[in-house]
Amino acid sequence: MLTAHELQDRLVRGDCSSVEIVQELLAAIQEVDGTIRGYLSVDAEAALAQARAADAARATGRGGPLLGIPVAIKDVLNVAGQPCGCASKMLRGYVAPYDATAVAALRAAGAVLLGRTNMDEFAMGSTTENSAFQVTRNPWSLEHVPGGSSGGSAAVVAAGEAVAALGSDTGGSIRQPAGFCGCVGLKPSYGRVSRYGLTAFASSLDQIGPMTRDVRDAARLLGVMAGHDPHDSTSLPAPVEDYEAGLPVSGGLRGMRLGMPREYFGGGLDTEVEAAVSAAVEECRRQGAEVVEISLPHTRYAIATYYIVACAEASANLSRFDGVRYGHRTAVAGDATELYLRSRAEGFGAEVKRRILLGTYVLSSGYHDAYYLRAQKVRTLIRRDFDAAFERCAAIVCPVAPTAAYRLGATGGDPLKMYLGDVFTVTANLAGLCGLALPCGFTAAGLPVGLQFLGPALGEARVLRAGRAYEQATAWHTRRAPHAAGMARTEAGGK
Amino acid sequence: MASNSDQQSMDVNYIARLARMNLDALEARQFQTQMDGIVDYVRQLSELDVEGVEPTAHAAPIQNVFREDLAQPGLTQEQALANAPAQSGGQFIVPKIVE
Amino acid sequence: MSAARYEAVIGLEVHVQLKTRSKMFCGCATSFGAEPNTNVCPVCLGYPGTMPVMNREAIRLTVLSGLMLGCRINPRSKFDRKSYFYPDMPKNYQITQYDQPLCLGGGVEIEGASGLATVPLTRIHLEEDVAKNMHFATCSGVDFNRAGSPLMEIVSEPAMHTPEQAVAYLQGLKQTLMYAGVSDCNLEEGNMRCDVNVSLRPVGATALGTKAELKNLNSFKSVLLALRAEIGRQEQLLREGGRVVQETRRWDVEAGATFLMRTKEDAHDYRYFPEPDLMPVVLSEQQIAEWARGLPETPRQRRARFASEYSLPEYDARVLAADKAVGDYFEAAARGSKAPKIVSNWVMTEMLRRLGETGQEIAAVQITPAALAELVELTEAGAINSNTARELFGELFANGGSPRALVEARGLAQVSDSGALQALVDQAIRENAKSAEDFRGGKAVALKFLTGQVMRLSRGKANPQLAAQLLEERLKK
Ligand SMILES: [Zn+2]
Repeated sequence: MLTAHELQDRLVRGDCSSVEIVQELLAAIQEVDGTIRGYLSVDAEAALAQARAADAARATGRGGPLLGIPVAIKDVLNVAGQPCGCASKMLRGYVAPYDATAVAALRAAGAVLLGRTNMDEFAMGSTTENSAFQVTRNPWSLEHVPGGSSGGSAAVVAAGEAVAALGSDTGGSIRQPAGFCGCVGLKPSYGRVSRYGLTAFASSLDQIGPMTRDVRDAARLLGVMAGHDPHDSTSLPAPVEDYEAGLPVSGGLRGMRLGMPREYFGGGLDTEVEAAVSAAVEECRRQGAEVVEISLPHTRYAIATYYIVACAEASANLSRFDGVRYGHRTAVAGDATELYLRSRAEGFGAEVKRRILLGTYVLSSGYHDAYYLRAQKVRTLIRRDFDAAFERCAAIVCPVAPTAAYRLGATGGDPLKMYLGDVFTVTANLAGLCGLALPCGFTAAGLPVGLQFLGPALGEARVLRAGRAYEQATAWHTRRAPHAAGMARTEAGGK
Repeated sequence: MASNSDQQSMDVNYIARLARMNLDALEARQFQTQMDGIVDYVRQLSELDVEGVEPTAHAAPIQNVFREDLAQPGLTQEQALANAPAQSGGQFIVPKIVE
Repeated sequence: MSAARYEAVIGLEVHVQLKTRSKMFCGCATSFGAEPNTNVCPVCLGYPGTMPVMNREAIRLTVLSGLMLGCRINPRSKFDRKSYFYPDMPKNYQITQYDQPLCLGGGVEIEGASGLATVPLTRIHLEEDVAKNMHFATCSGVDFNRAGSPLMEIVSEPAMHTPEQAVAYLQGLKQTLMYAGVSDCNLEEGNMRCDVNVSLRPVGATALGTKAELKNLNSFKSVLLALRAEIGRQEQLLREGGRVVQETRRWDVEAGATFLMRTKEDAHDYRYFPEPDLMPVVLSEQQIAEWARGLPETPRQRRARFASEYSLPEYDARVLAADKAVGDYFEAAARGSKAPKIVSNWVMTEMLRRLGETGQEIAAVQITPAALAELVELTEAGAINSNTARELFGELFANGGSPRALVEARGLAQVSDSGALQALVDQAIRENAKSAEDFRGGKAVALKFLTGQVMRLSRGKANPQLAAQLLEERLKK
């Protein structure tokens, strides 16, 4: 399975065309997606048309890092003229009239928008089982979840049905599925990529990011999407670095001081995960990194803080789904209030309802200060933990999740149990940090284990450098999932 | 955080009403149990002393992000109503609004 | 039945649409009267994924209003989400300012029974307007053209005690905002809207009673009448031993009474929290000072200036400055006039009377300020007499035109030539021998009658002073 940068090299050399790449992927989808079910929709004709346009552009001398490269898009992002259902019945029939800024950036770079990937409804969940439409399976084991909420994006990349995909990460929704599926996932710092066009879950936490087969592709996609957007007041005005050019050819970890948070390596961490991550940390040391122990003392409050803040914001963000201007509307309603009560009851799934309930509760009169305001203050404490930590190290190295992928249905009856799995990822969102997940080993059952590098706000170049150095020293990212599609023709073509 | 109200469990039906979502009886029962567990869990923040700590509302420290006052074309009426579940005479139609 | 006397306590919340080209958080035009749902975009329709971006001009106009009203400008303010479900709300939350508004304090000067007084303000904040609902027989329609327009909310302290004060407050506020040029402030057109809170308490008490909120007040007169009716209702309730319940009541013009809309029990729980999509507004002293330098004159400043610059009596200055458009008109006519006080007289009497009769706006009258200035010049120079001038004013008010041209075309010039008048004087004495005798016999008043006769014979063109003088000379001979 080739990466975007490898395919781009072939396109440049004329070894293959974008149309051929898209055809290969369509064949792969045909082959495995009936099992994996990572895509909600694929518009083959539109994708081929874009590929033809890209090939034609190349013929006229145009180039660019993503010209003709297919990218799958999580169903939470608006793409003009396409449905954007957020894997929810609530948005049945909704067709987006505009492009998300990140999507527009991909388009402008010549990328081919391939299809829409499955997810937990409105990005709420860690297994993609909360999709209203289908269950996506992990290409490494069909009995396991791909993680979530960007489970579809992770699964299609790992299964060879996409070269790269976009995901969104509110509390780990890019990094955790990347970890579960053995691919690379980058959550940029808050504000690095415009959120305009990303259907909001929790506005102060959400970020769009790439999910790819290697770190170099992640750097390439980030470079295309990053930057200030006048439509997103929270996007950062800082200049965009050339992330890909900044990647090391070798020795990228030499002299880098990595922090290991004491609190992340305690009880509750699966022994196989701990072993793989510890080995990875050893490898970093071998590559010349200096590893120091750090402390993030408020770690145990992160999940509570995260769920209060995220659900509070979600409860308002999801108020707009009411059946008035778009989306699902109940068949019979006597008045406007009934219209809301019924449309929303019918349109939202259980997990979304639970989070709206929690968010409404923590903001309601009499509870606001005790829950929401207090959580905002604890958020400050968590942020300060990281400020202090980054005084002592350049980046933090830690697991992505306490366990490898869950068995399908394992978290079904107990939402709280599912929430607790986000403990290593939510902090980056609360503190506005960047985080990179990449494969660092496998369990005995053959499930991938994810390694995470966390960097300070706007520290993308740094975590990408660490990640690239690690992946160059190891070969985990080149392993192929047993349920991935064959890519015989394109790969053979270059040999 | 030690006020009495905190020790009460969430009135799921009341909160659902605030959020404009009907719950059927089975859902309400299930949610009540689940929400009690979740609220009980998040209540652990009360252990912390947050006296004098500034709340964080934004993950990035920026301010004064403005646009200039320029009018730009938006959607046509047809585009605006393209997703409407019900429309008539250029308007979105809803069941009668009771004030 | 209680015999206690009650005092009303009134506070107002006034919403004012700001005059910006585009909406508060998106680039849609704010023009009115467009076809439904044509000034809309994904942002103001509350589409998934869209985000608000603050209109700098709306912030500036709000700060300007605050400076005009003597508010403190908050160095740091922010926006919040206020949640409630209603079909006129695209997102089912409104972006508004909760605990850190742009402006704090300040006041509105009103003219009361005992001279000028100031009604203190609590705050001014900025928010987005909602859509317009149309109610049909079996359903309602929603037009989002207005949704997202910048709306400034001005909250007064509960510091007024009579319906008249409330109206004076509204008029004073409207004038200051008109002076600031931030809004058209038209209640009928809905670009100025007000909610009134009113409670009663026994005279002498300091604690506030339970208040009712009044809605649907779309004219100053509605405010006046609704407050009178509601104060009456509450007073009767209290006298009969009842209790006022906190509730929202709707003014019904036809019925001349307020009716219950909702009680506090089904009041909203707005669940305010900081709008995560918008960053705080931090205004430096330099920024505020820069905006303050471009501040228009306040009504108070103009009053003082009119008095000194045009040597007007305090009373004239106050009347003319009370309404920005009237003041503008006066100034346009008086500037360069040798007799600004005479201009003031015309504006304060003939002009205001005719505006009242016809319901016209002074900005739209036919008689231009230049024409009025010319009219004053003609009278001052003695070219026409005051009767002719009044007639001409009526003519110009109705049809416009140049007074000088009219005078020439119609031969209305005052006859101040004693030779020409002498014949008419003689004729008047001849035809009214009795009056002439009376005057000679010492009845001074007879001269007035004879002067009138000369005016009649000259068809109003005679200079009345000259006519009287000639009569007197002739009769004393
Ligand atoms: Zn708009």
